Amino acid sequence: MDLDLPLIWAGLIAFAVLAYVVLDGFDLGVGILFAAERGDAARDVMVNTVAPVWDGNETWLVLGGGGLFATFPLAYSVVLPALYPVIIAMLLALVFRGVAFEFRFRAESRAGREAWDLAILAGSTLAAFCQGLALGGMVQGIKVADRQYAGGWWDWLTGFSLLCGCAVVIGYALIVVVSLWTPMLNPAFAARWFGWPGILLASPVPLLLVVLARLFWRGLARRRDRAPFLCALGWFVLGYAGLGISLYPLIVPPSITIRQAAAPDESLLFLLVGAVVLLPVVLAYTGYAYWVFRGKVRAGEHYH
Amino acid sequence: MSAFDALLLARLQFAFTIAFHIVLPAFSIGLASYLMVLQLLWLCTGRQVYIDLFRYWLKPFATVFAMGVVSGLVMSYEFGLNWGRFSDKTGPVIGPLMGYEVLTAFFLESGFLGVMLFGMGRVGRGLHFAATCLVAVGTLTSAFWILAANSWMQTPQGTSLTPDGRFVPADWAAIIFNPSFFYRLPHMVLASYLSVACLVGAVGAWHLRRAPADGHARTMFSMAMWMTALVAPLQIAVGDLHGLNSLRYQPAKIAAAEGHYQTRAGAPLVLFGVPDDARERTDYAVEIPRLGSLVLTHAWNGTVPGLRQWPPADRPPALPVFVAFRIMVGLGLLMAALGLAGLVMRRGGRLYRSRALRNAAILMAPAGFVALLAGWVVTEVGRQPWTVYGLLRTADSVSPVGAPGVGASLAAFVLVYALVFGTGLSFVFRLLRRPVQPAAASPQE
Repeated sequence: MDLDLPLIWAGLIAFAVLAYVVLDGFDLGVGILFAAERGDAARDVMVNTVAPVWDGNETWLVLGGGGLFATFPLAYSVVLPALYPVIIAMLLALVFRGVAFEFRFRAESRAGREAWDLAILAGSTLAAFCQGLALGGMVQGIKVADRQYAGGWWDWLTGFSLLCGCAVVIGYALIVVVSLWTPMLNPAFAARWFGWPGILLASPVPLLLVVLARLFWRGLARRRDRAPFLCALGWFVLGYAGLGISLYPLIVPPSITIRQAAAPDESLLFLLVGAVVLLPVVLAYTGYAYWVFRGKVRAGEHYH
Repeated sequence: MSAFDALLLARLQFAFTIAFHIVLPAFSIGLASYLMVLQLLWLCTGRQVYIDLFRYWLKPFATVFAMGVVSGLVMSYEFGLNWGRFSDKTGPVIGPLMGYEVLTAFFLESGFLGVMLFGMGRVGRGLHFAATCLVAVGTLTSAFWILAANSWMQTPQGTSLTPDGRFVPADWAAIIFNPSFFYRLPHMVLASYLSVACLVGAVGAWHLRRAPADGHARTMFSMAMWMTALVAPLQIAVGDLHGLNSLRYQPAKIAAAEGHYQTRAGAPLVLFGVPDDARERTDYAVEIPRLGSLVLTHAWNGTVPGLRQWPPADRPPALPVFVAFRIMVGLGLLMAALGLAGLVMRRGGRLYRSRALRNAAILMAPAGFVALLAGWVVTEVGRQPWTVYGLLRTADSVSPVGAPGVGASLAAFVLVYALVFGTGLSFVFRLLRRPVQPAAASPQE
């Protein structure tokens, strides 16, 4: 068979991560926005907006991790030790954030409830910050020797990764800034953006960004609900595509390519069969679950 | 030396996080099936008590499920964090099995959990029941894949090795349906059912103490006693077969569990004792002559392996395996006794009135979960010093992360888990302390 399995899988993993960021992005955003909303009733509504779907959204992160383990084990086994403290902090933050959705309704004292509300706020913020740090730490490059991480404990901590962390917290849409900085990190990245014929492929990305930004502000100004949300999503997807353009064909910059990190074809093909059959089914019933809980959440509507 | 410290800390961290985690899916597997049965009984009989019990157990289910999701997320990244070299070498084999777990089980569970928890007023009865069934099927499917992965690590086959020690899959059916899979999977599923049966029985018994005529508590208690009586003996039989399978494929594990250092025919069964690896003997042993051979080989004079058969570097530590094995078997026998006592009382018409049975059931609330954890200690510590049995050593599996980092993250895990899961457990207890409310009295949607 002549399928380019590593490339297909790189695409699928990228899709899983994108699905995670788009879907859990708004869960985390809701958590971060707890900072701006102090009223109990309003917070109930905010939580109930995401309560039926948050763990489905988080499953995309499990698919990203599990999928990387399965299809690019070398990347998985190098990137995670390199970003060790960042990933641990992100996981613990997600632990707090996840259980707090349940626990805030179970707490009997006011102080208990406020503590779990704080866990949602802090957990969401820290998780988003760490995801940004991880992105930055990975994009700027990881030292590898003999199929193992060869750098130090704090290698990931740079101005660039901190900017990525802040960018993700402030708004996933701001990831665009990151996308613009990336070409400057590595001459090879820059060559792709500004050289010929790369510029042909790459130039629509910034142009579309400008268009979407304009639609976003117009939607906000006219107090439409849908347009700004969709524009923010589109903005993010484009930023993500920009990163992909910079990095391809590397999976762990600056040294490991998709092909070098890939598992044997036997593994890639076995899981691909499952993914091709099951992902559409998953998307269909995920869509159904969203449809059941469609529309705006009304106050006082939940199972607790 | 410092590499060894990091290895030990990484092992402690994995043991700690997996031990916390494993209890939660076990709870979800058992309870999801119980909820499915309750809802089915309600749809078939129309009796209010079943849907009341469904709603009652739905809340602890949701709380435990959330804890299972977040602690499972940690597991899916921990392989790479602490076990980078293991991930690089076994990822092509274990990774796709976990990938299938995500695709066939996790999405199914999380996709329909929302409908199951929040959808009662939004979708029809049939659809809501379908959501409950899909969540229950999802928990079992998840067990299928994760136990396939674990069993492959215990009894690997169907792969070849590259010169630098990486596994390449050759035959997926052989990998998944490896020699220990068909023993380990039923043993784990039955353990989950038995754990939840003990818990449900204890909750029913606890409410019966205060209100002996409470119909909800009676139904709960009666169902749980039936389940314990049926599943506990079955589990002992499956466990025995599982032990014989381990004797064939992982004899050193059995030697450690039995506390035998000397390979011999007509070996005794060591009831209690203290295995001492340094001096290669089991001290203070209380033994029954020849019974060890009879149990393991089904012959009085059968030969039973001792740990001296292997070089010291290839032996598991005997003491934890030996102790955990006795906890598991002891609790298994106690659960079978509880089930039998339930049957006897039921025949005598004293099922709801016997104070002794009630108190015994309450005491046994955590028995299934403790036995399950002890069983995993036997199987995982007994596999040492290997991660992939006979092929990849634990010491060659660890990431190049320094001991201070692993130690600090271990401390963070202990603190966070104690706080988060301690709180979650207290919420579950509080929910279960309340008696079951009939639907009319509770402001449900």
